[in-house]
Amino acid sequence: MRGIDYVLKRVGFAIVTVFVAVTINFVLFRLAPGNAVSNLSRVPHATQQLRHALEVQFGLDKSKWQQYVIYLKQLSHGNLGVSYENEQPVSTNLRIALINTLPMVTLGTVFAIILGTFTGVLAAWRRGTKTEGASLSSALAFYAMPTQWLGLMLIILFAGIFPTGGMTNEFLLNPPFWTHMKDLASHMFLPALTLGLTLYGEYTLIVRSAMLETLGEDYILTARAKGLKPRTIVRKHALRNAMLPITTLIALSLGYIVAGAILIETVFSWPGIGRAVYEAVLERDYPMLQGAFLVLTLSVIFFNLVADLLYFKLDPRITE
Amino acid sequence: MSDVTFFVEAPTEGGKSRRGFVVRAIRHQPAAIAGLVFLVAMTITAILAPWIAPYPLHQQVGPVFGHPSWQHLLGLDDGGIDMVTLLIWGSRTSLVVGFAATFVSMVIGGTIGVVAGYFGGGTDNVLMRITDYFLVIPDVPLMIVVAAIWGPSLFHIIIVIGILLWTSTARVIRAQVKSVRERVYVKRARALGAGHTRIVLKHVLPQVAPLLIASTVLTVAVAIFDETALAFLGLGDPSRVSLGSIIESAFQRAAISTGAWWAIVPPGVLVTLLILACSLVGGAIEDALNPRLRVAHLSARMFRIRPLVGRGQDAV
Repeated sequence: MRGIDYVLKRVGFAIVTVFVAVTINFVLFRLAPGNAVSNLSRVPHATQQLRHALEVQFGLDKSKWQQYVIYLKQLSHGNLGVSYENEQPVSTNLRIALINTLPMVTLGTVFAIILGTFTGVLAAWRRGTKTEGASLSSALAFYAMPTQWLGLMLIILFAGIFPTGGMTNEFLLNPPFWTHMKDLASHMFLPALTLGLTLYGEYTLIVRSAMLETLGEDYILTARAKGLKPRTIVRKHALRNAMLPITTLIALSLGYIVAGAILIETVFSWPGIGRAVYEAVLERDYPMLQGAFLVLTLSVIFFNLVADLLYFKLDPRITE
Repeated sequence: MSDVTFFVEAPTEGGKSRRGFVVRAIRHQPAAIAGLVFLVAMTITAILAPWIAPYPLHQQVGPVFGHPSWQHLLGLDDGGIDMVTLLIWGSRTSLVVGFAATFVSMVIGGTIGVVAGYFGGGTDNVLMRITDYFLVIPDVPLMIVVAAIWGPSLFHIIIVIGILLWTSTARVIRAQVKSVRERVYVKRARALGAGHTRIVLKHVLPQVAPLLIASTVLTVAVAIFDETALAFLGLGDPSRVSLGSIIESAFQRAAISTGAWWAIVPPGVLVTLLILACSLVGGAIEDALNPRLRVAHLSARMFRIRPLVGRGQDAV
């Protein structure tokens, strides 16, 4: 198989997956118990006329196939419906939420990648020593902690030092730019740290395994026989080759981070996409829930594709 | 400066008899033994909950957020209910969800894996394609959506978690079945006229059973984790206490600002220990069975990522 074929195949798979996801999204919300009118318009004791009027208004008098086609058509125009909660278009709500989520998630992920790579390499390098034991057990412990609980523990630890909820201090009216940034950063610290710590455990385990695998290769033995310094061997020979699985695994996990943000944003009242999901669940705001789920799924599909392409870029042998 | 240690693990010997492989797999790993002991202890506690819980579950037995004391070792929660009692009953629900959801996903994943691996060809293609799609769809958000639409009940939670966690199992089992299928004794059995059912039940399943057990233990960890997540978002069964719901109600009723750490720290520690124990035991078994899986062995969540090594037909 040629390289271009591989790329086309992966892109094709991603496109089909998007389609499957969109369809699941359509079907799921029509499987809701109760009839469609009571679910979509939340009128428990409506008269026949009102029900009928609502059915026409929501297009529920049409056949399921027609509804599906209309749904696809509207979706392709970026119309995700209107939120029950604040009567704004769902797409507008989601855009604001996504913009709030991204910096926090990025900060946490970068932290996790740096710390995870460092401890993972250290653990593999000092294989069989106390250093490995310590870094491995702390990684496992953080990996096993429920995300929301870790967040709550950090709140107990840092209460009073860092703000534990929201994104900005509401009592700062029209603050100067730098004050605002400082305020934002201090609010971002705890949620980003929570995300970073939960991911760090996972990354350490990945990096350590990948490093151990490469450290067992013959070319490492050769490098050692050449008399290279251990540091050079680790940096130039082992880590570089271990980067292959590490990079793709990290790219893949990025998609799930957005999902993990649901718990963290709920704990810290961070007004992002995760909190939007939580509030949509609480208020049974189905259009918002549907839209948010679509965004989360698409992000996972996107990062999957990135991982696939990255893998190809790093290791073109995959097509053989 | 210390030297680089070039230590390559020798693959652990797979024993001749299949019986006792769990014991053999973890015998030399103290952490895994500790994990197994903890899991067994927790399971016994959960089974005996009605008899060993020191106080009634639905009755106020002291002041709201009462401090830990000799009568109430871990204090009282926001409703004045004894924390130890809550934790015992909570573990029971969490373990029930963990095991039941895992059972559902093992049945689905095992069946799909065996069918795809054994029959191969078009069946395999279709089944693995479906698995690919399930792998890509983020499970926690999907669980949230399904749980929100279906409404909260223990049964729903179990089904929702169960029908989303089978993908990694299906892949692992399929790969193993594919290799077993080509072994000489299976071909002989076929030549002797054994039907598919007999071959699968008598020759294939016993060979994949150890892997299935490792997969089960790892999935229990994920299921317990997911249950706490759903409960925390208010999607748990409101009529039951689980470890997740204890964390949730402590969070909602401001245990933190009251300073009642005893209402919120212990349930999380228990969940962490449960997940840790499952990961260690499952990882150790898998490690012993198949050294090739070492890259992903410590983390169940990593399984979803493993197929990158080769997707679709040639996936390992």
